[in-house]
Amino acid sequence: MPNANETRKDWMAVLAKAPPGRLAALMPDPPPHEFLRAPEIGAVMLRGRIGGTGAAFNLGEMAVTRCSVRLGCGTVGHACVQGRDKDHARRAALADALMQTDAAAEIATSVLASLRNEAVAKRDARAAKAAATRVEFFTLVRGEDQ
Amino acid sequence: MYVAVKGGERAIDAAHAWLAEERRGDPAVPELSVAQIREQMTLAVNRVMAEGSLYDPDLAALAIKQARGDLIEAVFLIRAWRTTLPRFGASEPVDTGAMAVDRRISATFKDLPGGQVLGPTFDYTHRLLDFALAAEGEAPPAPTADVRDEPVPHVATLLNRDGLIEDEAPDDTPPPDLTRQPLELPASRALRLQALARGDEGFLLSLAYSTQRGYGRTHAFVGELRIGRVAVKVELPELGFAVEIGEVELTECESVNQFRGSKTEPPQFTRGYGLVMGQSERMALSMSLVDRALRWQELGEDFTGAPAQDEEFVISHCDNIQATGFLEHIKLPHYVDFQAELELVRRLRREALLAANPGAEEAAE
Repeated sequence: MPNANETRKDWMAVLAKAPPGRLAALMPDPPPHEFLRAPEIGAVMLRGRIGGTGAAFNLGEMAVTRCSVRLGCGTVGHACVQGRDKDHARRAALADALMQTDAAAEIATSVLASLRNEAVAKRDARAAKAAATRVEFFTLVRGEDQ
Repeated sequence: MYVAVKGGERAIDAAHAWLAEERRGDPAVPELSVAQIREQMTLAVNRVMAEGSLYDPDLAALAIKQARGDLIEAVFLIRAWRTTLPRFGASEPVDTGAMAVDRRISATFKDLPGGQVLGPTFDYTHRLLDFALAAEGEAPPAPTADVRDEPVPHVATLLNRDGLIEDEAPDDTPPPDLTRQPLELPASRALRLQALARGDEGFLLSLAYSTQRGYGRTHAFVGELRIGRVAVKVELPELGFAVEIGEVELTECESVNQFRGSKTEPPQFTRGYGLVMGQSERMALSMSLVDRALRWQELGEDFTGAPAQDEEFVISHCDNIQATGFLEHIKLPHYVDFQAELELVRRLRREALLAANPGAEEAAE
């Protein structure tokens, strides 16, 4: 399974970046589970590169919440999400676990697809506003052209 | 001698109760919500995140509310809170070349791949007060245009093709962290950038301005300024691979500076770098100029004694929480210290009078 991690990476990213309220609305009834690690707030040090491409340096921290859950069937899910919303981290970990079970197809359509579409729409809306502020230069008629 | 005294609890409680009342202001005026501050005082929120060195817009907004809009006090609250957090790890260095840009301008090239994108800028406004904002009207929707699906490469890569600008080769060595190890000077460029990224905007602005006026002149152009969102990837130990855990808004500025060459380097352009949390354009610009000025030794330039070239001066004084902590502590009780000084001055006066006029001991007393 060479690409197994790619897909998991992909859905974990969608879940982590989801607005917490939307994830809660799309997963109103979380399945029974136990915490391997109850939601915990902490910090991750953000790094940049000198000149955008060079040596790494520490920019500052970001608040994150992480959580690990185990479903009744024993499947384990993990999450680490931006912000301090413990419910977001719990639901993201649950969705990660469910995506490794027979419920994957259902979660993919009922939760992930909506989140993905909404994220794309939001990104496109900003990009379209940015595009409207793009400068189109034109050269004025110069003396030697006449 | 150190003498502990007690007292003042009742006065302190009353002062804090009054502070809470004053913070609320006139109860006939609706109270500000944290969400309103986050959404409508965004650039203040960004400044508190940058100087507080913690990306969390909601907390920064709360801190601004609690601090009654005193941004340095708000930064103080954020810095204090972040010390309570366990550190889960570090992100992979963010890829600013893949930024989803709201704004991207270059003052060195007119036509460049990805274009000049102004974004939601104050530039070109007339700086006339807009009284319409006092009338609580709705803003009309911003115009949109078709998005061209094209990369927005860093401007420096364009110059680098001809070897006209110094290269910044990737290096993944874990950088030093001034929140974990005591600051030791001389510092690496990575450590200096960490200190500058959380430095006081006003201090960095003045230093950057001083380099433009001739105190350590580096003649900077804005090669590129970009604002937008980048993904944050963190390797999760449970999984053994890196996952995107969020997205942050950053401002990046790269200054391009004339350089006549040195014994080791050919004549080429050199670079100053600024990267700041949020939309913090003035800060990113200032940071890149100060970064460049601090690199005089590495580039074999002369030290002219300019403040912006003096690493110890800049790095030791750019942190407004350290600065305000030390400055403001002198307003706290120093009764014993002052008593000692008072005794000393009295004795010196007595001695000086006696020396000038022996036999006037009684007058001096």
